[in-house]
Amino acid sequence: MPIKNHIKQSLIIAFWFMILTFPIMVIKVNAIQQTIDFRWANFLWVGIFTFFASMIWNYFLRRNEEQKKTDIADDIPLVHRLLQNDRFRRPFLGLLAAFFIAYPFVFPMYHTSIMISALVYVMLGLGLNIVVGLAGLLDLGYVAFYAVGAYAYALLNLHFGLSFWVVLPMSALLGTLFGVLLGYPVLRLRGDYLAIVTLGFGEIIRIVLENWDDFSNGPRGISDIPAPTFFGHHFGQHDAMIYMYFIVIALVLMTIFFVNRLENSKIGRAWIALRDDEIACQAMGIDKFKTKLTAFALGATWAAMGGVVFAAKTSFINPMSFTIWESITILCVVVIGGMGSAIGVIAGALVLILLPEYLRAVAEYRMLVFGALQVIVMVFKPDGLIKSVRKVYTFNVQEKAIHEQTHT
Amino acid sequence: MNKPILNVKNLTMNFGGLKALDDVTIRLEKGQIAALIGPNGAGKTTFFNCITGIYEPTTGEVLITPPGKNTQSLRRLKPNYVTERGIARTFQNIRLFHGMTVLENVLIGRHCRLSSGIIKAMLQPPSQKNEEKQAVFDSYEILEKIGLAKYVNDMAVNLPYGAQRRLEIARALATDPFLLLLDEPAAGMNPQETKELDDLILWLRDNEDVSILLIEHDMKLVMSLSDWIHVVDYGKKIAEGTAADIKANPEVIKAYLGEESEDA
Repeated sequence: MPIKNHIKQSLIIAFWFMILTFPIMVIKVNAIQQTIDFRWANFLWVGIFTFFASMIWNYFLRRNEEQKKTDIADDIPLVHRLLQNDRFRRPFLGLLAAFFIAYPFVFPMYHTSIMISALVYVMLGLGLNIVVGLAGLLDLGYVAFYAVGAYAYALLNLHFGLSFWVVLPMSALLGTLFGVLLGYPVLRLRGDYLAIVTLGFGEIIRIVLENWDDFSNGPRGISDIPAPTFFGHHFGQHDAMIYMYFIVIALVLMTIFFVNRLENSKIGRAWIALRDDEIACQAMGIDKFKTKLTAFALGATWAAMGGVVFAAKTSFINPMSFTIWESITILCVVVIGGMGSAIGVIAGALVLILLPEYLRAVAEYRMLVFGALQVIVMVFKPDGLIKSVRKVYTFNVQEKAIHEQTHT
Repeated sequence: MNKPILNVKNLTMNFGGLKALDDVTIRLEKGQIAALIGPNGAGKTTFFNCITGIYEPTTGEVLITPPGKNTQSLRRLKPNYVTERGIARTFQNIRLFHGMTVLENVLIGRHCRLSSGIIKAMLQPPSQKNEEKQAVFDSYEILEKIGLAKYVNDMAVNLPYGAQRRLEIARALATDPFLLLLDEPAAGMNPQETKELDDLILWLRDNEDVSILLIEHDMKLVMSLSDWIHVVDYGKKIAEGTAADIKANPEVIKAYLGEESEDA
């Protein structure tokens, strides 16, 4: 398409935007003097800004398409190439480790706190990635399991005085149990229907927590939830935060470790097969229902553990922390990060949770920028920030010969 | 006399008022390559779906006798259990797993022959590692046999068409079947690819100890391959016999070409 058409298109878009934003950008009612001000300068600025934005948008869109034409197959994301390359892997991971170890000592407590939230979302994202990214089950009620974990810690601590370290593994089991209980009736559904029902289940858990006053203290929530201790030792506020940070780092590493192993195992492959083609999957001897249920239950396990960490970190929880928006944020983490890609989900969580915090400077437009960013990612990187790459198996004749010797 | 490995008795499948299959009886002997032919919409794929458990037949019975085992019924078995009992199939419209590599597609076929569960997958004890290694080597070997070894780490969706069809066969073979159901394996293939497929199917029967039942429209392929041919039309079986019998059968010619009009 010639450049003339682009200019014409951008002009039309600019004009349309000028009219669209006219009531809010131009007209200003001055209630005190009872006059209406017309700010015509804004009218012009909107036009100019939209025109150039549209031109840039078009340029990138075209470039994206041309790139797609030239190389179809080998577009492995940079991070994967770094990790696959033996020379770069160690320094790269070393640098990453150094950054995360130094982080709470270099930056003030506020930043550590934000990072903890982001890392909890990494856990949640990796858990939901099993359900949505790998098994292809659209779960909009994921926050329910997060709530189960958080309330499990809060209530067990309140009534029985159980500590963080006792509740953490218990909540993981509890999460699995809830995953199976909720999954069992709903997993016969697929696609949109499953999404609607899980959405309902998520809300039911929240509403129960809100209204069952005797059990959960209702909307007032539960306060004074203790931070984790180190073999009985209590920390001061600052040190407790740093301690919490390293607990979350350890949990995230554990999550990555297990999820990675699951992904390249018999069960992980079955999840992906189920996502790609249900009928073929069954014809290959895979039990559809069992496979779905394991994905659902394992996803719930990590959500519950994330919930425990969340409760311990904020020391106060109420049902408002577990609304549908939380589910949607976690889903955004998975989709924008890259469905089925663990590295993508980690990047997605860090970007999506840290960015709004650092955008507080432009507080008013924070959510606007955030939304625009999501649209941009989806247009230019529909597979997510870092898309998934399947494991590569190597074969050489020697190895095979040795293998055959040992097995015959 | 040996029992037939597949014995389908009086199979009828109704979809509401439509009789997709009407009293079809088919027997398949061990080591046989049999073909199921018929005009479009005759009910061939429905027949496959009834055997493999995707549909539950209205009436009739499907009995199998795996080599060295007793006769058993496949009634009300889910597709995954049918596969476990040794019947594997391919699909008319290719149904590969797009998000996976060629090797992983075959590994999925090994799924029901592996035993490691979730806990083992997370902790990876030596038994799980060995099993996984073995599965990868088995799958690679199958790919070598089928002639797809060079694509091993490519994404399944990027394969040429003919190779995708062969990969479906490789994947089915990975489930260790005694009976392979091929639904139009040559559809959309060029003559060269069809020739290779012909060789592959014969090779499979002779070396892999599987019997084969195939649906196919390519008559040259059917006639050259099949030991026995079953013809269905409008859900009814109208003929069976060797290639020569079927070629000469007036019923079959009528089904394919239509009847000569009286006053022509």
